[in-house]
Amino acid sequence: MTEKDTTRRVVITGMGVVCPLGNDVETLWQGILAGRSGVAKTTVFDASTFPTTFGAEVKDYNFADHIENADLHKDSNRGSGFVLGATAQACRAAGIDVETAEPTDGIDRERLGIYLGAGEGSVDNEAFFAALVEAWDAEKNEMDWGRWARVAFERMDPMRELEQEPSMPAAHIALLTGARGPTRSCLTACAASTQAVGEASMIIRTGDADVMIAGGAHSMIHPLGVTGFNRLTAISTRNDSPQTASRPFAAGRDGFILGEGAAIVILESLSSAKKRGVEILAEVIGYGSSADAFRVTDMHEEGRGAAQAITAALADAGISYKDVDYINAHGTSTMENDSIETKAIKAVFKDRAKSTPVSSVKSMLGHLIGAAGAAELITCVLAIRDNIVPPTTNLNDPDPELDLDYVPNEPRKMPVNVAMNESFGFGGQNNVVIIRRYE
Amino acid sequence: MMTSARVVITGLGAITPLGLTASELWAGLCAGACGIGPITAFDPVGFSCKIAGEVPDYNIRQYVPKTHRKATKLMSRDIELSVIAAHEALTDSGLITKAIDAENVNIDPTRVAINLGAGFISCDLVELGPAVAASAIDGRFDIHKWGKEGLELVTPLWLLKYLPNMLACHIGIIHDIQGPSNTITCAEAGAHLAIAEASQIIARGDSDIALAGGAEAKVNPMVMMRQCLFKRASTQDNEAPESACRPFDADAKGSVFGEGAGIVILESLENAQGRGARIYAEVVGIGQSNCINPQYQRLEPDGKGVRLAIEKAMADAEIEPADLDLVMPHGTGIPADDLAEAGAIEAALGEAAGKTVVWPTKSMVSNTGAASGAIDVIAAVRALTDSKIPAAKNCDKIAAGCNLNIARQPQSKKIRYALCCSYTFGGQTAALVLKNIDGEMLN
Repeated sequence: MTEKDTTRRVVITGMGVVCPLGNDVETLWQGILAGRSGVAKTTVFDASTFPTTFGAEVKDYNFADHIENADLHKDSNRGSGFVLGATAQACRAAGIDVETAEPTDGIDRERLGIYLGAGEGSVDNEAFFAALVEAWDAEKNEMDWGRWARVAFERMDPMRELEQEPSMPAAHIALLTGARGPTRSCLTACAASTQAVGEASMIIRTGDADVMIAGGAHSMIHPLGVTGFNRLTAISTRNDSPQTASRPFAAGRDGFILGEGAAIVILESLSSAKKRGVEILAEVIGYGSSADAFRVTDMHEEGRGAAQAITAALADAGISYKDVDYINAHGTSTMENDSIETKAIKAVFKDRAKSTPVSSVKSMLGHLIGAAGAAELITCVLAIRDNIVPPTTNLNDPDPELDLDYVPNEPRKMPVNVAMNESFGFGGQNNVVIIRRYE
Repeated sequence: MMTSARVVITGLGAITPLGLTASELWAGLCAGACGIGPITAFDPVGFSCKIAGEVPDYNIRQYVPKTHRKATKLMSRDIELSVIAAHEALTDSGLITKAIDAENVNIDPTRVAINLGAGFISCDLVELGPAVAASAIDGRFDIHKWGKEGLELVTPLWLLKYLPNMLACHIGIIHDIQGPSNTITCAEAGAHLAIAEASQIIARGDSDIALAGGAEAKVNPMVMMRQCLFKRASTQDNEAPESACRPFDADAKGSVFGEGAGIVILESLENAQGRGARIYAEVVGIGQSNCINPQYQRLEPDGKGVRLAIEKAMADAEIEPADLDLVMPHGTGIPADDLAEAGAIEAALGEAAGKTVVWPTKSMVSNTGAASGAIDVIAAVRALTDSKIPAAKNCDKIAAGCNLNIARQPQSKKIRYALCCSYTFGGQTAALVLKNIDGEMLN
């Protein structure tokens, strides 16, 4: 491979979001500063008899309100629909033309890439379950494939099936923006969009692209998604009090709140941003990635992988833990994550562990799974912009074992120049991105 | 700071319809064997396509150390295939992991990455059957009953079997691999993009070694049904499975899907030389792009996204088209896609297109989705090390409009550079250039 100059600086020049707290960046931020909850009774499907009857849904959203040629995307599933709005917002903020064959924004489309954390879309529930009901031979306790095929072929729609593929949200972005540069989608569960932003920044740093549309899009709020998480006992069952159910770092935490959405940041080489004269929102200075290699079901008990990813990100940024002003935690509100994440932060931050503010916006946003890391990164950018650290809400019963400064319940006005965003995924993928105020 | 470690391939592992190892794959390809036959994984009655490439029987426990045996229950078939290929690739490379020999480990786990292309893993319908059946009222699925009763019948760790990142996760646990771990879900371009990213991780110094490739088990009723619905599957040759998949052939009528895994060990040249490893080839060029086509399940007619990826890979490798002695196309057997890809290769290679040998493999291996790119890389590596290009199968009469030099006859020739390319529905494209560095190596 040709010699790479790895000193190219990478900055953020646009952001867009569609999430349970609102369908644009400022509404999200106002919600966070007000400590609002995006959690409510599940409406995407009838979950009334499920162990968990609530979630953090995107509300009042139609992607056709965000783009001109909605027809080209008419078969989009929820994740792709969300990503269209988030991408359109982010591109407009960064001065990137969308939906035109002849862009005049000064960005070579072959140098404009896409990197998304993206998950599978929902199955076509009616057709899927109908085919299974029809095909299951209870007497023989086996599938009758002939019956299954008859119903499935009759009822399943090619486009709805295609749109479930995790590569599709990126395909919609390509069509929207004309991007012809490096394009990947990754699926590392809850860490995916932080990984996507991290790897995308590397693609710019090494010169393979000038601009990357990076982030994530995901919705697992569907019957099989909720079934899977309920069976894992990973999500809260506090049905009587949805809005206080997500309580990261609290003694009474009982699982995360399944959310959905899309979050996009425009990453750009500093030279490209300067040449185009666009506003620079922050600089991406460090990325670290690791694997627990421990258990399929659990995080490493001492947070070995998490600590390694944090250490790697700090080393990549060339800074000390003492330089970090704010840690945006993965903070899922599960017993395991919040306890182990605390251990990992202590292992790396040593004498500064208790004095560095750590908060989890999942207390308000819920857990956007494949879109979580990017949505949370956006809150880090805003924390730097406004010198305000977002709170961890619902933290009224502190866990005596967890003794960091979790910024309970109220946002905190304080200087924020360097923010660290942590994301840890099922299966032990750990990803950390560090951003800094651009001056 | 200018950094760019050279990246070489030091281990190969493949489980394919042609056999349980990379050697069996290569032997099958050289013999013109075909791994495609009638579907046995389920009864394809009612399916318009009844053929697929299935891997021979295996025993997963053989590849999993005792400490991880219980976790084999959490392995979907995609995961099993990847675990088997990873075991072979590591063994072949001479690297000693915890699972291979815990007493003599010769890797630093934190300096080893894993990066795999994985498919959209469909859940096992048989597993869900009883839970769904228990949720029916008068023959109709009832969501209330599911929430109350059906859901409880789903095995607690059900979700974990089907998360695409679990391939890398199981391999990482088995072999104790703690470096960067990623799972690329770009369908049929996934393996090339994973190898590309892993190469870049080593090049930029974040790891010394990486397991990279892809795995997918497509012989599943949901997956096969989708490919039928997308009108990508061959449906007219159910009685003649061995001649059904015909990349670039005038009689091509669709692709034949299958299952498999391919994993290569990537390593910095310095690390490989330091431990005296056998070096198969160097990864010298990476190109990636996009097709833009509102008909998402098809390649754009002029194949521009594929052309761009190939051009970028050649530029990255700092070579001219005439330096290429072998092209491994994606070549699915879907006429419109093959034609678009042929046009892209022809445009990217210019005058050299008429001479450079193009060798499609899916007529023998089947279309293994996220594994296919890795299997092609392994085939290209063996062609390069053995100075041999086997004949393409079922390319009897080249399709009109395809001006490529398809490998009609087996040939012995020194291969300096080989190009592998792929694309997928959804549009992502990838190209890799491999270099023969035999003459350059002292040992």
